[in-house]
Amino acid sequence: MIVQRLINWSLRGYVLLLFVFIFSPILFSVVFSFNSARFPTIPLESFTLHWYKTIWNDPDVWTAARNSLIVSACTSVLATFLGFCTAYSDYRYNFRFKSAYLALVLLPPTIPLIIMALAMLAWFSKIGASGQLWSIIIAHSVLTAPFAMAIIRLRLNQMDKDLESAAWNLGASEWRTMREVILPFCKPAIISALFLTAAVSFDEFAIAWFVSGLNKTIPVLILEIVQGNIDPQVNAIGTFVFLVSMTLVIVAQIFFTLRAGKMMS
Amino acid sequence: MPQPSTRNTFNGFALTWRMPIIVWQVLFFVGPLLFMVAMSFFLVKNYRMVEAFEFKNWEKMLTRGYFWDSYALTFILATLSTIVASVLAFPASFALAFKVSPVVRRWALFLLIIPFFTSYLVRIFSWYVILAESGVVNSILAQIGLGPYTMLNTMFGTLVGYMTLTLPLVVVLQTFALANIDRNLVQAAHNLGCSPIRAIYTVIMPLAKTGLIVAALFCFILSFGDFVSPYYLGGSKPPTLPILIIDTTKSGQQWPRAAVVAVVMMLTLITIAFASLALAYRKRASR
Repeated sequence: MIVQRLINWSLRGYVLLLFVFIFSPILFSVVFSFNSARFPTIPLESFTLHWYKTIWNDPDVWTAARNSLIVSACTSVLATFLGFCTAYSDYRYNFRFKSAYLALVLLPPTIPLIIMALAMLAWFSKIGASGQLWSIIIAHSVLTAPFAMAIIRLRLNQMDKDLESAAWNLGASEWRTMREVILPFCKPAIISALFLTAAVSFDEFAIAWFVSGLNKTIPVLILEIVQGNIDPQVNAIGTFVFLVSMTLVIVAQIFFTLRAGKMMS
Repeated sequence: MPQPSTRNTFNGFALTWRMPIIVWQVLFFVGPLLFMVAMSFFLVKNYRMVEAFEFKNWEKMLTRGYFWDSYALTFILATLSTIVASVLAFPASFALAFKVSPVVRRWALFLLIIPFFTSYLVRIFSWYVILAESGVVNSILAQIGLGPYTMLNTMFGTLVGYMTLTLPLVVVLQTFALANIDRNLVQAAHNLGCSPIRAIYTVIMPLAKTGLIVAALFCFILSFGDFVSPYYLGGSKPPTLPILIIDTTKSGQQWPRAAVVAVVMMLTLITIAFASLALAYRKRASR
């Protein structure tokens, strides 16, 4: 019994250790961003807001932030629209080649980003669409639509199949049923998908780096700063980025876990 | 009852929902990938790409020693990463699946999903500072009279980076796999006098096999395609295949050769994926 207890506690300790490993880079990045040392180490030097002031006064950061905002907002709307259409098709219909259809939708995230980046770069310059903000938006929507699809599909799974038929029997057209039954039911999942796809797009750097041309987003800016020198500015920008993406992910999860009853009333 | 059709006759409503993603993915997913394959046969003349069907790029890349050095390194690193991540994750997933309450498990999974959506780049930069010669780890070790150890520009550094990328996902997938197995079978093994360690090998792992292999497969794909860790933490000597793609594309302007590397990577990943899925879904040999 004692041995069993010991094993259980050491297993829990191990889990804790693993979480420390996973979260320590995030934590240190935040701590370092308030530290005056150029090359931070322990013991820490004095507290400073210097790095935040630097990025606040840097017009490049502002431009990149604006670009990132536009890209992730447009991506999330586009990807969620695509994801919803696909999730509903999968939920409602059986058709020929459906597994090929689903593979087509779900494969993009399994392909290494660097390969997607090269393929997108080549394709966009072939069709004369490279180097624009919307080239990033298009590429990101391909990448993130599967996430939106998965979230909305899971939500549709919770729906009573008879709900839709009941609406039809009461004389509602398919379109009206969509508007007044399906969409309201999926609302929390749709909001969740909007936030999650925005988070993925906000952090993506490989494709953005390849296809953006001169329109840098925040992650591309970080990549370029990091390529130069050790610059603690990155920690300040990074802390800001973490804050944004964690907020997005947490909001997404809150909406995702909302129970059916709450939203339908 | 006048119910709308769910069959596959022509139906404007059905097509409205089905078509957008098909059009979109054909234009911007299948299109780019096929074009990349075609591009690997193009030529570059006077810094301009000329559409052609020649095997020059393939010849150039596949006959070079540095390409195969990169290939071997990338493959070994990704394999190592997969093994390390699977082994490191297993005890944690085991604990999360069997030793904690469902509430704790939900919270743990919730927390593990967060890093997946936060900037990998910044996390790697953070590791760079932590692992440096005069960084956090070495200054802590110095307190107890150890070190300094060189951790950057080594395989260890690369692996730390890979773990940052893959461990959360591997733990999540493994935990799902383990939490879904039938507890009665584990209990039965215990009742029949099977020791806990033996139960892990003979009952739990075979039952969770599919999930464990899928987790490992994702780990391999992510590590194989990552350029940030080997570049910033591993020192990139020799470069891994993703770094080779970047170098060839960005500085060399040799897109067709980069495409060759990308196609070779895709073929490797497709082979690995099919092999491991076959393994994952294979029926167990009768006993």
